[in-house]
Amino acid sequence: MKLVIERRDTSSPLLRFGAPVVSIVIALFFAGALLLLAGVSPLEAYREILYEAVGSLYGLSETLVKATPLILSGLAVSLAFRMQIWNIGAEGQIYMGAMGATWVALFSGMENHWLLMVGMFSAAFICGGLWAGVAGLLRARWSVNEVIVTLMMNYIAILFINYLIYGPWRDPQGFNFPLTAQFAEAARFANFFDTRLHSGFLLALGCALILYLFMERTIWGYQIKVIGSNPQAARYAGMRTGASVFWVLFLSGAIAGIAGFSEVAGLQYRLQHGLSPGYGYTAIIIAWLARRSALGVVIVSLLMGILLVGGDSLQMLWQLPIAFVYAFQGLILFFLLGSDFFIQYRLKLVKGIHHG
Amino acid sequence: MVEILLDATVRAGTPILFATLGAILNERAGIINLGIEGLMLIGALAGFAGTFYSGSSLIGILAAFAVTFVVGSIHALITVQLRGNQIVSGLALTMFGIGVTALFGREMVGQTIGGLERLPIPGLSQLPIVGRAFFQQDLLIYTSFALVFLLWFFLYRTRTGLALRTVGENPAAADTCGISVSLYRFLAVTTGAGLVGIGGAYLSLAMTPMWIENMSAGRGWIAVALVIFSGWSSGKAMFGAYLFGGITAMQLRFQAIGTDISTHILQMLPYVFTILVLVVSTIRLQKGSSQQPQGLGLPYDREDRK
Repeated sequence: MKLVIERRDTSSPLLRFGAPVVSIVIALFFAGALLLLAGVSPLEAYREILYEAVGSLYGLSETLVKATPLILSGLAVSLAFRMQIWNIGAEGQIYMGAMGATWVALFSGMENHWLLMVGMFSAAFICGGLWAGVAGLLRARWSVNEVIVTLMMNYIAILFINYLIYGPWRDPQGFNFPLTAQFAEAARFANFFDTRLHSGFLLALGCALILYLFMERTIWGYQIKVIGSNPQAARYAGMRTGASVFWVLFLSGAIAGIAGFSEVAGLQYRLQHGLSPGYGYTAIIIAWLARRSALGVVIVSLLMGILLVGGDSLQMLWQLPIAFVYAFQGLILFFLLGSDFFIQYRLKLVKGIHHG
Repeated sequence: MVEILLDATVRAGTPILFATLGAILNERAGIINLGIEGLMLIGALAGFAGTFYSGSSLIGILAAFAVTFVVGSIHALITVQLRGNQIVSGLALTMFGIGVTALFGREMVGQTIGGLERLPIPGLSQLPIVGRAFFQQDLLIYTSFALVFLLWFFLYRTRTGLALRTVGENPAAADTCGISVSLYRFLAVTTGAGLVGIGGAYLSLAMTPMWIENMSAGRGWIAVALVIFSGWSSGKAMFGAYLFGGITAMQLRFQAIGTDISTHILQMLPYVFTILVLVVSTIRLQKGSSQQPQGLGLPYDREDRK
């Protein structure tokens, strides 16, 4: 008897949809083991997460609030994925987008609500886009590894924001806290139903729709898909792959920048520390889980929103560090990668074959 | 002044050096590891906790190596046995490392340990300029000097090293010669992870003898970039790591004497420099003055053999 690995000719749809679900369940189990080791009952923790995130209307609204930046940054990362480009820098692009929006809100002198909204949106779009565009330019011109560049740009972006809020942009009336002045009413989103849910959520859904149409119904979307799946064929067909690399990363960063705009205009009303507690990193797992689909990004973002709302309450109840959520996300990715193997291959016991 | 700066350079460069050597071992076998940052954190916590509970920094160092060796086997299992995407698996490892160390590091926050002591080498340590930086250091720094040589010797002067490089360059050819691709790759990934873990332990045992959440602060990513800079060779990795050590030392020096430049701007230096180094070394790579292992990043499946 011998165990052999055999490639599957076809993989059933049941397997394709079932495998991620099973992976998440196993990841939940292992994350529970970690919680147990850290002295927290996993069952109580999971009940608490569900209760806080979907157990009440307010909890649900909080889940949508968390899902908003996740949808936007998830779309950003997944757009780059379509071209086999890794944008690990959504975190920094969120911060730069927030910076652009903050500049317009505080220092442009505009007072009209709609003018401000358009101005803040454009500034966030451009700042986020240019921040990712650096990596795009380096990748297009010299094939510099975009994973490392986008990641380094995260550290630089957050230090630059620190420089601003500890220095020139610090609120003179802020008792020396590292934050900017609050935005005027005209520079804020509307809220819904007396909750923290704001128009940013609709903006995120709108972006998902636009991106879907862009990818499926335009020539540019088609080009991105061709370059992503077969760069040589794309070059033969006369597509300019270099320029596309730059523009895709620019657009990807711009969408992440909008997430920053949405956070400052809808939730925080100022630029400060912890604007994004790692949304840009969670976006990577969202994009990977969503498998190229804008709708998938929205669904997975909602699931991750539950996890983040729950994570916040675990932090308050048991003083668990919020970074624990990362450990859980890492586990999900591990098992998801493992499950891919069983979608592509099957293990088979074979009789009577030696030295296979 | 020069003596002190050089000493600080070597000390700040050592964690990056260990991490880069570990990553070189990974990539020489054809496996990209973007989990270096997470592994460093795990090594830092394991090293600190091991030292804290046993009272011996030697046990702490061994704990760092052992724990990261085991955690590294997750990446090895996924990328080698299960042929999963190496980039995603590495990122997952980094996320896992950040999260797990935040969770289990809570009890270690605020604790103190003795830290690694300096062991001056008689005679040599009295040399002007270089004496303090290279011969009045701690055990781990001497180990890193030896490791730079040993890794080179292993890769270029032993049969096993040749086999490992073949696995990284052309796994199909290695397989035909009867070399077990999966065994070599698995052990290269786990042993490399162990070295990265020792680099992490250097942070929490010697540089700042305490545990701080997320204390690696991007050094793991700098190491990933340095692998390309080094052209996958251990000697140049040492040069690169000390280059970054020097930048860190200068940045701290600037902060200490007080300048008009904001500390936040000064802290950007290593990250900006990483990008510059990466651009220069990528351009050199394309000109052919160094070459990456041909099988890098590709899973090996015997059925695909041509």
